[in-house]
Amino acid sequence: MATITIREALNQALREELARDEKVFLMGEEVAEYDGAYKVTKGLLREFGAKRVIDTPITELGFAGLGVGAAMAGLRPVIEFMTFNFSILATDQIINSAAKMLYMSGGQFNIPIVFRGPSGSAFQVSSQHSQAIESWYAYFPGIKVVMPSTPADAKGLLKSAIRDDDPVIFMEQERMYGNKGEVPDDPDFTIPLGVADVKREGKDVTIVARSLTVPLALKAAEQLEQQGVSCEVIDPRTIRPLDIETIIESVKKTNRVVIAEESHPICGVGAEISAEIMERAFDYLDAPVKRVSGADVPMPYAKNLENLAIPDVDRIVAAVREVAYLD
Amino acid sequence: MSKQTAEPPSAANAEEQQSSTGAGVMDAPPDVDPQLLKKERDQAKARQKDRFSGLDNDQLIELYRQMLLIRRFEEKSAEAYVAGKIGGFCHLYIGQEAVGVGAISAIRQDDYVLASYREHGLALAKGMSARSVMAELFGKATGCSKGKGGSMHMFDKSVGFLGGHAIVGGQIPLATGTAFATKYQGTDQVTLCFFGEAAVNQGAFHESLNMAQLWKLPCIYICENNQYGMGTSLARAMSLRDIAQKACAYEMASEFVDGMDVLAVREATLRAVERARKDYLPTLLEIRTYRFMGHSMSDPGNYRTRAEIEKYQERDPLKLFSASLLEEKVLDQKALDELDRRAHEEVDDSIRFGDESPLPDPEELYTDIYANPIEPGRK
Repeated sequence: MATITIREALNQALREELARDEKVFLMGEEVAEYDGAYKVTKGLLREFGAKRVIDTPITELGFAGLGVGAAMAGLRPVIEFMTFNFSILATDQIINSAAKMLYMSGGQFNIPIVFRGPSGSAFQVSSQHSQAIESWYAYFPGIKVVMPSTPADAKGLLKSAIRDDDPVIFMEQERMYGNKGEVPDDPDFTIPLGVADVKREGKDVTIVARSLTVPLALKAAEQLEQQGVSCEVIDPRTIRPLDIETIIESVKKTNRVVIAEESHPICGVGAEISAEIMERAFDYLDAPVKRVSGADVPMPYAKNLENLAIPDVDRIVAAVREVAYLD
Repeated sequence: MSKQTAEPPSAANAEEQQSSTGAGVMDAPPDVDPQLLKKERDQAKARQKDRFSGLDNDQLIELYRQMLLIRRFEEKSAEAYVAGKIGGFCHLYIGQEAVGVGAISAIRQDDYVLASYREHGLALAKGMSARSVMAELFGKATGCSKGKGGSMHMFDKSVGFLGGHAIVGGQIPLATGTAFATKYQGTDQVTLCFFGEAAVNQGAFHESLNMAQLWKLPCIYICENNQYGMGTSLARAMSLRDIAQKACAYEMASEFVDGMDVLAVREATLRAVERARKDYLPTLLEIRTYRFMGHSMSDPGNYRTRAEIEKYQERDPLKLFSASLLEEKVLDQKALDELDRRAHEEVDDSIRFGDESPLPDPEELYTDIYANPIEPGRK
């Protein structure tokens, strides 16, 4: 086990999968000669050459569609969006082409492609560069959506995503690239898609968190333990398909749930999880499900306003105390 | 992948860089007396007959057979649509047969074709059976896409027909990607990408042409300019209407082609295919054509006059080609009639097949969503 950053873990996963399968190639803006806008692809051009690691023009719709077409013809593209904000330009190809190709071709053309890059809130870059749009992609059948929160998950899940035969949206949190953690050295280490992870066991309240809010929830759980509240923290890791069984099991044990997410609350993943809990475990609930979400506003620039728009440890602690009827 | 600037189009000779008014290209028929129309038609026929050399009689007849099959197939599709056997949208290829047949005759079966939603004829030309296309139109389990795609999403991996795409211009980046993949894999396969002229106004077109020339991808972009994007004429939608010229913005080779002459289309495509196979160079072909039917079966067509349609029908690609074939004594009227009878028979058989085929099993609703489905709760 080595302790490395999420950035390094992703880099290892890409390196290992490029080495493992000639069909895998990496394409995106600044991924090659610049070593990646966020240095996730550092050194890969040197190691694998310009055939496999390809700088693109700023043409998101174009290279996303090119990737889907290449997948139709037998390759396994990894398409990097410099950030997922720019994937909005490519949604036609992701949703109308990648997600639906297998179905509308009657099972003839699966699309083994990964669209990856940083997502979620960043540091003071205002409205167009700082947003969490996982619920858009998770809405569509035919796509898988993955959001790791630790270096080990990042590596194991990215390797699985590249080996998967379906389109995978792989969202890395822009603020978390430097987060460190232990990662197994085994080059065959993978984590299956669609399996939630219990990041901390507890018995009083379940906190469902993903991506940015996982470390926040773990800190909140530490504080709450001091206050006599035992929290279980569950990270679904894959948003679609969602491992709802693991969440429901936990709810049946704790009977209280807080969902922590940095995305907007309306039509969000938290709303979906909440609905599933109500449908499957209503009789087990001792309090209404509580969401801690990003503010329902475009992301502001000013530091104080930005802090108010993103969930923090205090708000998660307050929400847990609320569902536990402690205040 | 190197980012060399493309060399100037290697075969950018006078023939390929004709202006839109140059010989061999169909412009709007003049709004004049029948004498002039006849003269134009005769000139078109003379040009077509000049192109007979290099093709044997069987090849010529095969081109005509395919065009005829598409014409009869689409006529029957229109009837079946009116009879309620076909649902949704149904965009017919009548009038444009020479484009698909001529272009696809210039490639191999292991080459790829991608198309828009006006693709029944292209699917047939690429070698899909009338049965599998008609059954798909009927929404039956035996259709090429198992009844899940319909008129706008025909696919057949076995013959390299990669859809049937229904967002205007959406197939253009995809085709750029299949061309990327064949070059990456070191094969000499090429991709033909068909789209209407209205797709040229989409960003996807421009993004794709830029990448294809920048990276030298063996993709042939075939713009079927039928002069209307649904009900909006080219004149109302495009500032620079000579579409082939747009290739200049990307240093790409291009040609204007008469889309009513199957042999002109074939020859232009052969030149582009050679460029793609040998040098991985893309080409933009603007093929001028006309659709004789509405945009789709639900189009009342009140944006163009009956007279305009009739003028173009004077240049019907099937009429032109059959007249050339007769005059060159490739076959006689009796043989032509026999070809027509067989086309009818094949289409009638496809209708029967569609009628008799079962609907998709209700369980098919939930299949083909994921290649690697993940069961809930899998550990």
